[in-house]
Amino acid sequence: MYVAVKGGEKAIENAHNWLSEIRRGDVNVPNLEIDQIKEQLTLSVERVMSEGSLYDTDLAALAIKQSRGDLIEAIFLIRAYRTTLPRFGTSPPIKTEDMVCMRRISATYKDIPGKQKLGPTFDYTHRLLDFSLLAEGNIPKAEKRKVLKEKIPHVLRFLNKEGLIQKEKNNNYQPKDITRNPLEFPANRSERLQSLSRADEGFLLALAYSTQRGYARNHAFVGELRIGYVKVKYNIPELDIEIDIAEIIVTECESVNQFQGSKKTPAQFTRGYGLTFGQLERKAVSMALVDRALRWKEIGEEFVGAPAQDEEFVLSHCDNIQATGFLEHLKLPHYVDFQSELELVRRIRKEYEKNK
Amino acid sequence: MERKFWLSTLATCNDAHLTSLWQKFGIEVNFTWLRKPEIGSIMCQGKIGVTGNNFNFGEVTITRCQLKTSQGKIGHGYVQGRNKHKAEIVAICDALMQTNKRDFLIKNIIRPLVVSDKNLKKDVMSKSESTAVDFFTLVRGET
Repeated sequence: MYVAVKGGEKAIENAHNWLSEIRRGDVNVPNLEIDQIKEQLTLSVERVMSEGSLYDTDLAALAIKQSRGDLIEAIFLIRAYRTTLPRFGTSPPIKTEDMVCMRRISATYKDIPGKQKLGPTFDYTHRLLDFSLLAEGNIPKAEKRKVLKEKIPHVLRFLNKEGLIQKEKNNNYQPKDITRNPLEFPANRSERLQSLSRADEGFLLALAYSTQRGYARNHAFVGELRIGYVKVKYNIPELDIEIDIAEIIVTECESVNQFQGSKKTPAQFTRGYGLTFGQLERKAVSMALVDRALRWKEIGEEFVGAPAQDEEFVLSHCDNIQATGFLEHLKLPHYVDFQSELELVRRIRKEYEKNK
Repeated sequence: MERKFWLSTLATCNDAHLTSLWQKFGIEVNFTWLRKPEIGSIMCQGKIGVTGNNFNFGEVTITRCQLKTSQGKIGHGYVQGRNKHKAEIVAICDALMQTNKRDFLIKNIIRPLVVSDKNLKKDVMSKSESTAVDFFTLVRGET
């Protein structure tokens, strides 16, 4: 039982004032503008949008500033704001096949229609500190080259054609929204993916890594990773006209995993799927691996007791706002509960002494 | 030009660009609100493995409003983000697109927005193209 405490208003107010002052830092250093965060810390902004589960770059940048760069705190602010928004409707699924790609790679095929395009990536950098960024260094200009073919088909389509990879099931399932209906177990894959898409990147990374190290190994390849702009469609109810209401940057990862077959069906690769707001490659790949691990039952694999296979474990602990809410409440006064436990321990000890 | 097209262009255009075009070419219109600008969200869906079942992916902020001009035309303003002023401009444009101001608006507002979006995408694609790894010719050696 949690018993409330009263008082402390002045101390709390003073603490928050100091927080504001310390957030601003040295006033001789120029104040950080929201636009600077939006333009120069884009990957932080995108992570906050992804885990906040709300695509709005201004709000995410504001949240990062307000939270002094604590991204989980920023995500918390976005989640809290999100709950105040009326819902105008639902979009039909985004079409990632129509994506204007910045980056698109496949680790399974080298020659692919639409080519391997590295895009603005950290891959292949030497991970050496670039001291020129300390000064206002000269920024190299991005090269441009004429685009001959705009359409970039999905790589796994080619595997699909040969029947070498499992087809995705599509039975027009109407997904439940986990922000409106509490998650139930066993969960459908649609609800699982909603949950994973807003999940903590670090948690997903650790779980995905655990599958690579052998806890429910599923031998993953990145079949395709694509990052770019997609349109979000919306049917205006008053007009019954479907328009492009928004344009967002997303990362999509399709993994090709361990094949399996039986006497009845020839060997086939299996798949995992990751989709996130923004350019969050690490998270999208992790999500695909965890999605694949969670599909053990449907695919007919053995449950080996690995954390990444345990749906209830994964989905109940992947949300960093739920987690931090419960964890951080430990810092709030628990004087009364502790007092009662203290008295209990004293009594037990007294009885122990008496019977010694 | 279809309504779907101009509404899509206006909903996703750059806020600052539309505002500056409107300041330059905007037309004074008397109107009454049917629905004042309000901020909300839509749930954006994805498709599992591109071809599978749908799933709820995450929300996007949207602002919407409706107005009726003194000419009796109804304009709908649906835009991405939380810019109420932009939603108002879009609703007025939508109403004017149903009048003889249509060609003027297409020329001075809609087309410039379309062109700048096309250029932006062309820019992204051509930069992306410059990062294409041409394994094919590399291996073949073109001898």
